[in-house]
Amino acid sequence: MSERIKVLKTYKIFIDGKFPRTESGRYYQTKNNGIPIANICMSSRKDMKNAVAAARKAFLGWSNRTAYNRSQILYRIAEMLETRKSQFLEELVLQGWTNKNAELEIYKTIDRIIYFAGWADKINQVFGSVNPVATSHFNFTMLEPMGVVGLITNEETPLLAIASCIIPAIVSGNTVVVIASEKAPLSALTFAEVISNSDVPPGVVNILSGSKKELSPHIYSHMDVNAIGDFSNLTNDEIKLTAVENLKRIRSFGASEISNDNFDSPYVIKDFMEAKTTWHPIESGFANSNSY
Amino acid sequence: MNSNIQPLEFNGDWNLSPSLESTDHIDLKDKYGLFINGGFLEPLSNKYFSTINPSNENQISLIAEAGSEDINLAVKSAKDAYENVWSKMPAKERSKYIYRIARLIQEKAKELAVIETLDGGKPIRESRDVDVPLAAAHFFYYAGWADKLDYAFPNRNPKSIGVVGQIIPWNFPLMMAAWKIAPALATGNTVVLKPAESTSLTALKLAEIIQQADLPPGVVNIVTGAGSTGKLIVNHKDIKKIAFTGSTSVGKSIMKSIAGTSKKSTMELGGKAANIVFDDAPLDQAVEGVVNGIYFNQGHVCCAGSRLLVQESINEIFIRKLRDRIQSLILGNPLDKNTDIGAVNSKSQLDTINKYIDIGKNEGAEIFQLNCTIPDKGFWCPPTLFTNVSQSHVIAQEEIFGPVLAIQTFRTIDEAITKANNTPYGLSAGVWTDKGSKVFNLTSKLNAGVIWANTYNKFDPTSPFGGYKESGHGREGGLHGLEAYLNLE
Repeated sequence: MSERIKVLKTYKIFIDGKFPRTESGRYYQTKNNGIPIANICMSSRKDMKNAVAAARKAFLGWSNRTAYNRSQILYRIAEMLETRKSQFLEELVLQGWTNKNAELEIYKTIDRIIYFAGWADKINQVFGSVNPVATSHFNFTMLEPMGVVGLITNEETPLLAIASCIIPAIVSGNTVVVIASEKAPLSALTFAEVISNSDVPPGVVNILSGSKKELSPHIYSHMDVNAIGDFSNLTNDEIKLTAVENLKRIRSFGASEISNDNFDSPYVIKDFMEAKTTWHPIESGFANSNSY
Repeated sequence: MNSNIQPLEFNGDWNLSPSLESTDHIDLKDKYGLFINGGFLEPLSNKYFSTINPSNENQISLIAEAGSEDINLAVKSAKDAYENVWSKMPAKERSKYIYRIARLIQEKAKELAVIETLDGGKPIRESRDVDVPLAAAHFFYYAGWADKLDYAFPNRNPKSIGVVGQIIPWNFPLMMAAWKIAPALATGNTVVLKPAESTSLTALKLAEIIQQADLPPGVVNIVTGAGSTGKLIVNHKDIKKIAFTGSTSVGKSIMKSIAGTSKKSTMELGGKAANIVFDDAPLDQAVEGVVNGIYFNQGHVCCAGSRLLVQESINEIFIRKLRDRIQSLILGNPLDKNTDIGAVNSKSQLDTINKYIDIGKNEGAEIFQLNCTIPDKGFWCPPTLFTNVSQSHVIAQEEIFGPVLAIQTFRTIDEAITKANNTPYGLSAGVWTDKGSKVFNLTSKLNAGVIWANTYNKFDPTSPFGGYKESGHGREGGLHGLEAYLNLE
C-alpha cells in the first residue's frame, strides 16, 4: 500500500476573532530537516493595521469586564490547553523539539496561565493605594491597563513565549497584537485556536505570523499602539526610536527571562499598567482644607 | 431662566488698598555660581546670564551658565559622593538629612515665597500657600521613606541607581526641585539638578539650605543654564537616570537621545486636560474650580484644565457666571496679597500665548478677556476664554501653557468622555457633578493619570502624579514615586 499523502495545513492568522489569510497573499513554508511541515502566512503591514484596529475596538469592552470575569476566561484558556496537550506536543515535536522538552514546555505554559489568571482580581489590591493627603479628600491610586500592547515573541520557546507575552498583558484588560515565532509558528497559531474557543472576546488577542524583521518596525511605529513588550532580542535602536513618536512604553525581556520561574510575578503585569490617581472631596466639619 | 440677573460688579468701586509683601527680609546675591560638591563655584565656562523679574523686567541677579567642563565636574562630584558616602550611609541617617532640609524650608518659607514670586511672576498668595509648603511637605514625606523601602517593594530588594540627572521647568521652580530631589535622596541616589533658566533663584536658595543642612558635599549638585546645559546632563555617560519635567517635544527629544542606552527615565510632560461640568453640578463651586483649573499660576500648569466641556443645557448660565467671575479677578503686582493673576513667566512665553490667542480668533472662536489695566512694564496676559470652539481648533488641541480656556459643549456622558479623551495627552482631567456614581463612571473612563472630582489642581506628596500617553511616563509622589529611583530585583 502506498504511503498516505499528508494534508499540509495552511495555518492562518488570527484577527478580530477570525482566521483570515494574509491580505498580502504571501506565504512561506516551515520546515524541519528540510521537510515541509506547513504553510504559513507572511503577514503584511495591512494585516498589522487591521489587527491593531481590532485590538483598539476590543479594548473598552475587555477592560470593562470585571476582574473576576477576566480571571475566569484566562483560567478557561488553561483548561482548553490542557485538553489539547496532544496537538501541541505533536506540533512541537514536528518543529524539532524532543518529546520530553515539548512536554515540559506545555506543562509550564498551562501552569503559568493559571498563575496569571489568579492575579486579575488581586493586582490592584497589592499595587493600588489609598493616599493620606493633607486636605479633606479621599485620594486613591489604581492601576489601569495601558490600551493596545504590541508583543514580539522569542524564537526559543514558541508555546511558552506566546502565552507568557499574551497572558500578563491581557489579564489587566489590555488588548494585544502579537508577532509569532518565525521559525516555529505552529504553536502560536494553534494557541490562537485555543484562545478562540475560550470565551476571549474577538480582538482581545490578535496573532500574526511572518517576518519579524518586516513586521517589528510596523508595530513599533504604529501611532495607536500604547506599549510594546519585546521578547525577541532582535530589535535595533533605530526601530526603537520610532516608538518615541507617541511615547510608547517599551519593556524588553531577555531571552532567558521567559523560561525562568521568576517570570511568574505580578511585576510583569504591572509593566503594562498605568497608575491613575483620583481625588474626591470629603465633606467634613473638622478637616483643614487648603485653598489650593 | 434668570438670564436678566445683573452680574455682581466686584471690580466696580471695590478698589482694594495694595497689600504688598515686604522684600527687605530676603537675601539675594548679585551673582550666583554653580553649586557643585557642596560649594558655589565660578563656572569654568566663564559665562553668566541674567535673571529678571517678569513683572517689571528688572534684573535680579546674574546666574552662571554651566558648560561641558562644569557638568563633568558636577557629575563627578555626584558620582564620588554616591560611591564613597551616600550609598554607604545607613538609611536611617540619610533620612535625618532629608528631614533637616524639610525643616529649613519651613523656617525660610517666607523668604523663599517672596523670591519665587520675584523671579517667576506668580502671585505671592500662591507661592506662600502652595509652592513653598508643598516643597517642604515633599521632603518631609520622602525623608520617612528612606529606611522603609523594603516595605514598599516586598521581595524585590530595592537598590539605588547612582547619579540621577534632573531637569525641571519654570512654572513651580522650588516645588519641582523638591519633587525631584526628595525621592532621589530617600532612595539613596545622588543628584545633578538643573533649574529652568528663567527661574534659577529658589533652586540656588535650596542649595544654600542644603549647605546649611550639612548634607555631604556632592550628594546634591545644582547647575544652572538653558537647554544646552540640560543636553549635557542628558548625554553624560555617568548619569544613570533622567527625570524631566517640561514640554512633550523636549521630552521626546530626550527619549530619542537616551534610546539604546541603559538610562532609565521619568517624563512629566504636557497636557490638554478637560474639565467637564455636568448640569447637576453645584455651579458656583464648579465656576471656582474651572477658574482655579486654568488661571492658577497664569495657566503655566502642565495639568491645567485648559479645555472646558460644559453640558449644553447649562451652557448659557455657566458661561455667564464664568465671565462674571473672571471679571472679578485682580491682575497686577505679584507681590500684592490681593493679586489673583501675576505676570507671565517670560517674554517668549507671552509671545507663545499671544500667538495662540491670535490663532483662536482667526479660527473663528469668540474671545472674552478680563477687562483690566495692564501694567506698563513686564509680561502680562489677562485671563482669556474662547467660546464657539470646535474639536478641530488648534486652541482645543495644543498645549498653550497660559491663561487661555477653550470651551466646548456636550450633550451626553459618552460625548463628554469621547471629547475629553480625544487628545494625544493624558495627564489630568476634572469632573463636576453632584452624583457620586456618575463621578466614578467618568473617572474610570477618562484616560489620564490624575483625575479631580469636584475639585482641581490639588497636589500632595502622598499622591502619585504623572501622565498617560504623550503626557509622559512614571509617577512622582507617593509610594509609586519611589520606583523610578530604584533598581528592583
